[in-house]
This record gives sequence, C-alpha cells and structure tokens, in this order.
Amino acid sequence: MTELSTPLHAEHLAAGAAMTDFAGWQMPLRYTSDRAEHQAVRGRAGLFDLSHMAQIEVHGPQADLALDAALVSAVSRLRTGRARYTMLVTSEGGILDDLIVYRLADDEFLVIANAANRATVVDQLTVRSASFQVGIVDRTTSRALIALQGPRAAEVLATQTAADLDALRYYSATPTEVAGVPVLLARTGYTGEDGFELSSAAVSATELWQALLEAGEDAEVVRCGLASRDSLRLEAGMPLYGQELTDQLSPYDVGMGRLVHLDHEFVGHEALAARAEQPPRHHLVGLQGEGRRAARAGYAVFLAGEQVGEITSGILSPTLGHPIALARVDRELSADTDVTVDVRGTPTPMTVTKPPFYRRQN
Amino acid sequence: MSLPTDRQYTAEHEWVQLSGDVARVGVTEYAATSLGDVVYLDLPDVGTQITAGQTCGEIESTKSVSDLYAPVTGEVAEVNTEAVDNPELVNTDPFGTWLFTVRTTGQTAELLEADAYTALTQG
Repeated sequence: MTELSTPLHAEHLAAGAAMTDFAGWQMPLRYTSDRAEHQAVRGRAGLFDLSHMAQIEVHGPQADLALDAALVSAVSRLRTGRARYTMLVTSEGGILDDLIVYRLADDEFLVIANAANRATVVDQLTVRSASFQVGIVDRTTSRALIALQGPRAAEVLATQTAADLDALRYYSATPTEVAGVPVLLARTGYTGEDGFELSSAAVSATELWQALLEAGEDAEVVRCGLASRDSLRLEAGMPLYGQELTDQLSPYDVGMGRLVHLDHEFVGHEALAARAEQPPRHHLVGLQGEGRRAARAGYAVFLAGEQVGEITSGILSPTLGHPIALARVDRELSADTDVTVDVRGTPTPMTVTKPPFYRRQN
Repeated sequence: MSLPTDRQYTAEHEWVQLSGDVARVGVTEYAATSLGDVVYLDLPDVGTQITAGQTCGEIESTKSVSDLYAPVTGEVAEVNTEAVDNPELVNTDPFGTWLFTVRTTGQTAELLEADAYTALTQG
C-alpha cells in the first residue's frame, strides 16, 4: 500500500516526531515523551494531527434519510450544529466502524470515520444510499483535522476565533474562522478532556497548526502523537476500533446498545432487533490492578481458574499510576469482582471496575 | 550522537562495561528512544545464572514489552534497585543507568565497539 501522509507531515518531521505507520498513514507517534504529552493534555492542552481520519461529506435533499438507512442511530433527528457518535454495522449486526456524524445543514452532514475503515465506510454509505437523492464524497485527502484538547483548550482557542465557545456545547459544531482560516469547529474529542476538533482545507492546515501552537505558548500547549492519544482515550474508557470493536461483535456486545435506535429501519436492523432480545454474547469491562506492570491486549483473563475472556487494551495509566485495561469477557462481571490476568506467565490480580477510569473535574 | 567508548555494545541494544570479571549492563540511548517511556523493569534476581544470548528479563514501556538479553554468561551479582524504582532513569540517562551486574565466566555474546554499534543503528 502506498503510504499516505497528512498536510502536516513536514511540520512533524521538523518538530522531530517519531513517525509510525497507522492504517497506511505516516503519523506522529510521539514528539518527546508519551507521558509528557499525556500529562500536558490532562493538565494544560495538547495539539493533535488527526488528518488521517476519514472525512466524508454526505449532502443532498435525502442525506438524512440515506444516513438513517445506513447507520444504527436515527441521525435525521439531529438538529443542525449537533453531532452524534454512532456505528455502521453489517446485515448480521457486526460493527464495521464507529463514527461521528455532524449535521451541518438540513441537507448536509459530515461523517468522521476511522482511517483504517475509510474505504469500507465510503463503500457502504454509497451502496446503502443508492436509492436516495444524495451525494457521498470522500474529502479525506483535501481536508485536515486538528484537535486541541485539554482544560486550557478553550482559553487558547478563544484568542484565535470570534466564535462563542461558551455557547458551543459538547457534541456541537459550528462553521467559523480560527486564526483567519475557515474551519468546522466541533467540541468533540477522544481524550476525556474538554476540547475541540477543527476540520479545515488541507492547504490551510500548516497555518492553523502553527497559529494554535503560537497561541498556546503561554499555556504550554504541546504537540501530541498517537501514543498519548491512545493512553488518553483508554483512561477515558473509550473503545478503539480493531481493539474493543470488531465486525465479530454487535453494539450490544460492547455495551453500546444505547446507540441502536430500533424504531428506524437500517441495514442490520433485523439482526440487532433479535440481539436486543437476548443476553449479550460478550461484555466489555474495565479492569484495574496494582504495581506498574500493564496487562496488555491479548492477555487471558481468568475468573476462579476459568478463562472468561481477554484484554483488548491495557496500559500503565499515566494519570492514575496503576495498570488499567479494557477486557472482553463472556459473562456479566459486577464491579469489584476479582479476576486474574496472565501477564506473560505471571498470574496477576485485577479488579473489575466500571469505566471511565479517569473522569475530569466539572 | 557519540557513544561512550568505555564500554561495548550488543546487537540487542545493550551496553556492557567489563571490569575484571564483573560486567555492568544497561541499554543504549537508541533502545531507550525506540522504546519510549520505560515504566517497568523486570530484572534477574541476584544469584541467578544467566547465559549469553538468552533472555534474562523484560523492559516495559508505555507502548510495548521487550526482552532483555544476557550479554554475558555468569551469575547476577547486583541489581540496580534505584533503576527498578525509577524506570524513567533509562530514558533520562541510559548510559549512566546500569541495570544489573554479572560475575562472568568470560563467555559473551558478540560485543561491538562503539563505532561498529553506531554503524549498526545507522544502517
């Protein structure tokens, strides 16, 4: 596969980033230290290049109906300027992607999907909307996506935009200018902190990136790579496609049944309606441990000597200082249940806990 | 980056400083940088017999777990508890942070001089 790079590639190299391949994209893994970047977002703010994420425009008089038919949530009920986290599933109900849909106008939506699932999402939206008056356009390579996340994000951003940030609620978006660059400004994120995601034209990305870094100098805003993005989302208990979410699991198997609106028709409705009547086949639980040794993805989880599942993501939590993990298990496990995880041959006690592991103040 | 020339290196990105029959072992700056933030060290216990070229411990970073390989054969004489308690020392001062020492029989893995190791990491 040809390796793709974002419009900010030169910026990353100039900043000395360690680069990594992620879903066919050359992305910054870290600029300095995973932990320093993680802590910057928890304590101040961090700037992320997320331009690898798929940006798909859905427009036309039946755009809302087309998306309704394709996704588990009835996004036609979204008001303009609002966003929704939802899923695309197979006709059997298996998760093909988790994504965010922004309603930009009556007849226009933006779908932000995982980089690894871009082709699938574009293909499925196209196929599923064939009978509707709608246009599906993959804008990924002509757009950039920059996230500014952390308790001081709003204060930094306010110096660069006339938009009323107090009025921009969580999971809302508004077209505006930031540092003179036209953007779609959304109050969304994947870190567990307050923050923003800015979609701009690819050609304006560098200007926007530099302006935000400069505006953030006093607040000590730092560039953050994908390594800290992963540890931040895990502390916030957020699932990652390919780890917690796969096409072998339904939304009910990962505790996301609330996303499924069974009162509208969509591909996978029949299968999910049947699933909704049965106990879930799998459960996603949080685990926490002691010491410094992380239980990592793939490690087996035991309950009273019997294997009940495996870790899907696990780290030593930079904020909490102890190991945290998400695990897929085959039965319901209540909070405080003691389990054992095989950490490379060492049986290690962990305790079931309800995510998120970290919750910001206020 | 210029490497200390008072010691030798392995292809597994460890450094070894031999003094008489005692070998002091750490990991290189290259290893520390590739690993990212080191959060846990699983080092062999004092008294353990280790064999050159075989795994003898683990070094765990925020993102991954890597094996430590014994660069020499012998008995583990000391373990650096300061490094165990503060694994981030591996990142901040890799060449000043020894992990363990070995009373060696003289058998070693292939050891490289600084320039040969530099060539390896730049290849």
